[in-house]
Amino acid sequence: MRRLLTVTAVAACSAFFSAPVMANDGVQKLTEDPSQWVLQTGDYANTRHSKLKQIDTENVGKLQVAWTFSTGVLRGHEGSPLVVGDVMYVHTPFPNIVYALDLNDEGRIIWKYEPKQDPNVIPVMCCDTVNRGLAYADGKVFLHQADTKVVALDAKTGKVLWSAVNGDPKKGETNTATVMPVKDKLLVGISGGEYGVRCHLTAYDMNTGKQIWRAYSMGPDDEILFDPEKTMSLGKPVGKDSSLKTWQGDQWKIGGGCTWGWYSYDPKTNTVYYGSGNPSTWNPAQRPGDNKWSMTIFARDPDSGMAKWVYQMTPHDQWDYDGINEMILVDQEFDGKMRPMLVHFDRNGFAYTLDRKTGELLLAEKYDPAVNWATKVDMDKNSPTFGRPLVVEKYSTEHNGEDVNTTGICPAALGTKDQQPASFSPQTGLFYVPTNHVCMDYEPFHVSYTPGQPYVGATLSMFPAPNSHGGMGNFIAWDARKGKIVWTKPEQFSVWSGALSTDGGVVFYGTLEGYLKAVDAKTGKELYRFKTPSGIIGNVMTYTHKGKQYVAVLSGVGGWAGIGLAAGLTDPNAGLGAVGGYSALSSYTALGGQLSVFTLPQ
Amino acid sequence: MFSKLSLMRTGAVALCMALAPLSVSAQTLSKQGDPTPVKDEDGKYFDKSGAPTYNIKPDGTVDWATYSGYRRYHAECHVCHGPDGMGSTYAPALIDSLKTMDYDHFQEVVVGGRQNVGGGNEKVMPSFGLNKNVMCYLDDIYVYLRARSDDALGRARPAKREDKTPVITATEKACLGE
Repeated sequence: MRRLLTVTAVAACSAFFSAPVMANDGVQKLTEDPSQWVLQTGDYANTRHSKLKQIDTENVGKLQVAWTFSTGVLRGHEGSPLVVGDVMYVHTPFPNIVYALDLNDEGRIIWKYEPKQDPNVIPVMCCDTVNRGLAYADGKVFLHQADTKVVALDAKTGKVLWSAVNGDPKKGETNTATVMPVKDKLLVGISGGEYGVRCHLTAYDMNTGKQIWRAYSMGPDDEILFDPEKTMSLGKPVGKDSSLKTWQGDQWKIGGGCTWGWYSYDPKTNTVYYGSGNPSTWNPAQRPGDNKWSMTIFARDPDSGMAKWVYQMTPHDQWDYDGINEMILVDQEFDGKMRPMLVHFDRNGFAYTLDRKTGELLLAEKYDPAVNWATKVDMDKNSPTFGRPLVVEKYSTEHNGEDVNTTGICPAALGTKDQQPASFSPQTGLFYVPTNHVCMDYEPFHVSYTPGQPYVGATLSMFPAPNSHGGMGNFIAWDARKGKIVWTKPEQFSVWSGALSTDGGVVFYGTLEGYLKAVDAKTGKELYRFKTPSGIIGNVMTYTHKGKQYVAVLSGVGGWAGIGLAAGLTDPNAGLGAVGGYSALSSYTALGGQLSVFTLPQ
Repeated sequence: MFSKLSLMRTGAVALCMALAPLSVSAQTLSKQGDPTPVKDEDGKYFDKSGAPTYNIKPDGTVDWATYSGYRRYHAECHVCHGPDGMGSTYAPALIDSLKTMDYDHFQEVVVGGRQNVGGGNEKVMPSFGLNKNVMCYLDDIYVYLRARSDDALGRARPAKREDKTPVITATEKACLGE
């Protein structure tokens, strides 16, 4: 549905403009064909919804494993495979191997690409060596390696067509994210928020690898690509030095704001959307001010990189609530009026609905009732704190100060949701959101900066949300028009797997124990589960081959979930020796690296 | 950077903790000695071999170094080695490592790093030799992990602690160059 609407809208635009604004024609067309999966996000709008409906609520209970593939790597497997025509492209965590598998020949390996990377990049990556996958455009498969090398591979042969270097791991610059092909450019982010990296979004020429523009998250206007008069925030121009004014001294030069999440694109208005991460360090006392534009939703022109509008969700972060989660672009009726919406489930526990054309804030509501660090987001346009979260002093690590342990903050630093992407079904009009149900104690303290060394400055301990079901996750359905949870399915562990919804009325997701689960989109009722060889932190995708629908997911436990949950969490408030109060993930699953592909029996 | 490569030549690191007795004599790699403190230097405690040790009173009060080590561990180390030294999906549980690693060897690994790559499960520990947030607290992190390894300290934050002495404060400042 959504894709059909986009097509219609683009056609409508052409009637008004002599030169219609086009996405990358090839990519756009391929994402409209539900038999293929050419972007990690499913489509430019990041809906992760498929029009396929062979597998539906009636028959999904009969799903069987069709075939499997071992990646040969035993680290956290995020992202998903791609399917272009009769070829599946599978990526791995470090060393970032790419396999092209022949779907016509039982998954035979057509080619394999294995880059040579300095292993010294491994410990510089925060939280495991994950990689959130490949992107396809114009006969090329794009990989952004751990060491920040961006590579364009010939989709037919695996031959390197060009490569570009996006950062320097010796300074703490690494990559875990996918890339986004838009028109003739490839948009690329970077990680390193725990190393004092000043992060950016960079556009490369898709055909040559030449750098076109780079937009930092913080710094002078000409480096963040802001027009003080035209770049808007909450309905007003941002003005001169909008970033620099919110930092003390040179702290912005090691300010973080990393861009390791997902990117979405609206071809109608030629706008790309993404979020920035935490300001460095985690000790708020060392960086007075709002620390703009960390924790921000950016809307930029992909041709020039110039920012159209920005919205900072968590000014002066004190909890590590990175703003990098996906921006899902949908058109829905809001308050009786059709709106081009941007829906974002932030780490800070609020789900935001904005008008994606103007950046107008329409709604911000908690999508987990446990969220307690702020009472609400101020929605009063006349208030001096309009658009800002109203922080509860008790949970403010800034207010309580350095060397004080602030307890019982919900959510924990890994957020009510981390990068694991949600899906949107036009059939139900609802969002399907994998969430964490974890709280924390947080004690900031003074740290000194050394290039290439961790720059954290806080001690954390995490535990399952108290006074709840005891589990560490929920899978929820969310109505972004009303800001309400429609149904909740409690999970024992954080749901660290990206959701997939389909026109079959089914929503799929994976769990950390390793289950692939299918639930009814309307009710959340579980219809199917299968235990794969390792915990799932990958995203579920679907495609057809020779007329038959398949569902595929990568297993391979790890990532941040692999740190906090492997050994199990304790409730620090239960006193010493509370080990075993919560089950350890290591009792359920072990390391792996496997693709599992499911289909209905003949 | 990785000057201690000789220490990493083992193929048994898949078993995580098995340490190769190559450049250091097997004797010094044996289980750590008696942790009982025999010397108190302005709130820092040492065992009879001269290695830093913890001092935990029957009511659970920990010495400052153990408490400081808890904090520094959970800022610098837990991102790989998991909460409370319990390990993660890709880095060993240090509560086990410390059972076979003495103070000198601990220092060597933290300062020099170590690598075990290949086998689809790449493990690399960076060198922290230049990181003041680690090096200025190396003894604290060590005694915290030693206490955890000996099961003298449970998981989670120590509830009660000794105060930070003026000497410890002065030493810390000098180390950080403040």
